Amino acid sequence: MSADLGELGDLYQEVILEHSKAPRNFRKPATANHHAEGFNPLCGDKCSVYLDVEDGAIKDIGFQGSGCAISRASASMMTQILKGKSTEEAAKLFGEFHDLVTGDPEAMKNAADLGKLAAFGGVSKFPARVKCATLAWHTLQSALEDKSETVSTE
Amino acid sequence: MTTVAQPITRETIAALDLARIRADFPILAERINGKPLVYLDNAATSQKPRVVLDAIANYYEHMNANIHRGVHTLSVRATEAHDAARLTVKELINASDTREIIFVRGATEAINLVAQTYGRKHVDAGDEVLITAMEHHSNIVPWQILCEEKGAHLKVAPIDDRGELILDEFAKLIGARTKIVAVTHVSNALGTVLPLREMIELAHRNGVPVLVDGAQAVPHFAVDVQALDADFYAFSGHKVYGPTGIGVLYGKRALLEAMPPYQGGGDMIRSVTFEKTTYNDLPWKFEAGTPDIAGAIALGAALKYITGLGMENIAAHENDLLVYATEAVGAIPGVQLIGTATERVGVVSFVLDGVHPHDLGTILDREGIAIRTGHHCAQPVMERFGIPATARASFAVYNTKEEVDALVAGIRTAREVFA
Repeated sequence: MSADLGELGDLYQEVILEHSKAPRNFRKPATANHHAEGFNPLCGDKCSVYLDVEDGAIKDIGFQGSGCAISRASASMMTQILKGKSTEEAAKLFGEFHDLVTGDPEAMKNAADLGKLAAFGGVSKFPARVKCATLAWHTLQSALEDKSETVSTE
Repeated sequence: MTTVAQPITRETIAALDLARIRADFPILAERINGKPLVYLDNAATSQKPRVVLDAIANYYEHMNANIHRGVHTLSVRATEAHDAARLTVKELINASDTREIIFVRGATEAINLVAQTYGRKHVDAGDEVLITAMEHHSNIVPWQILCEEKGAHLKVAPIDDRGELILDEFAKLIGARTKIVAVTHVSNALGTVLPLREMIELAHRNGVPVLVDGAQAVPHFAVDVQALDADFYAFSGHKVYGPTGIGVLYGKRALLEAMPPYQGGGDMIRSVTFEKTTYNDLPWKFEAGTPDIAGAIALGAALKYITGLGMENIAAHENDLLVYATEAVGAIPGVQLIGTATERVGVVSFVLDGVHPHDLGTILDREGIAIRTGHHCAQPVMERFGIPATARASFAVYNTKEEVDALVAGIRTAREVFA
């Protein structure tokens, strides 16, 4: 990234840019037994999340789709952090992540607990981009609940 | 009308005093994120000059009353001002009669009105409605609703890789079952100006009436509905420097008279008994309920403002900007222009390699630059070009070359962020 970008730098943190350029788990696991489609009608972002869940644990997770840097990085980092976690932990993390990107003061204070996901704290200063950051997570929730209809952020 | 390749004459540029025009628009003095506002989202909505804001305030301060009902002074003032606005619209688009000017909420409502009245009366099972692949959702969905209800078919004339209508294909799609043709005058996503005269002539040769969505045309060049021989012509006030919530449906008088009413209520009736209601004359037959009186009057003020500047001058200045912006944006490494039709107005649509339009929009916003990113309510156009979204800079009379330079600098910053 070039010199000081101010608030832009808060949004496009190095780790976010890196994940957007080289997303992890950008694939459909062969063993996937849960799946959902997400769509942000505002910007046309699409996200498919695939899960291999066994005994309440996420054994494998992947995603595919097209979208902006924030939505790609969010999906990539979500898959990284959730692999090996229980579905309850995933639901709890979504709640904490959602609070963080919507600027909940408590969540901002405890951002460090979210590890790498703390990088998304800057999104809260860009209300128009919250939906980009949460698209993958909404899709994940839908996949875990085996909902067949496409998740829309609107 | 713009021919992008056309050389610019210095005389036309000198014809408009840009500094004075910019001073007419209070919002242009706003600072966004500490930077001067560079407003390049005019195809979504234009900003409003002081005369329009004053017209709204003046109406509520000095003439607020219901129209056509009272004998009292305020009602007479409101009625006269409302009638005058209708006359201004009639003159702007060169309709032959003020009775052909129906005030509606916007182009969307105008199209729905025609679909639900003319369309429901004339379109039956197995019939066809013909549109183009360049339509805004507002000129697709009302026809889909009608076709679904009637068991009719929606036909779509294709566009080529430059974003131009393939006229031969359009001609082939007009057949014995075609009951109405509904086409845009200018594509909101690509800026393409359609060859309306040829298209309308083709339709009329087959006895098919044509509705034109003029929302993206009226702000940019002189429109003459009689010269076009359009049967219906729709546009929104807010895209042509007027307020939101007001728009216009032009319709040929004979067609409007034969159509059933759209909504029932006050103002649209002559007499009501529980047994029978007689409908009012044009244009009131289609204007049920108390209309947006202030909106219509302010729209009239907006239209007087642009005719005062001169539509030729506006078209020349915007063409100058479009040529300049097309060249400058197109020259940025990694930029691919979407929509490169010869005849274009007001819009530069593009994608930037490695930077999603949404990210570009955020980065530009930090620089005070407002553009639209997304599918522009024209998802079939995006699909045609195999992209989910574009970034779109769109121009109005108050935009300057310096603002285009700011846009170019902002796009270069975005490239650096994502390098």
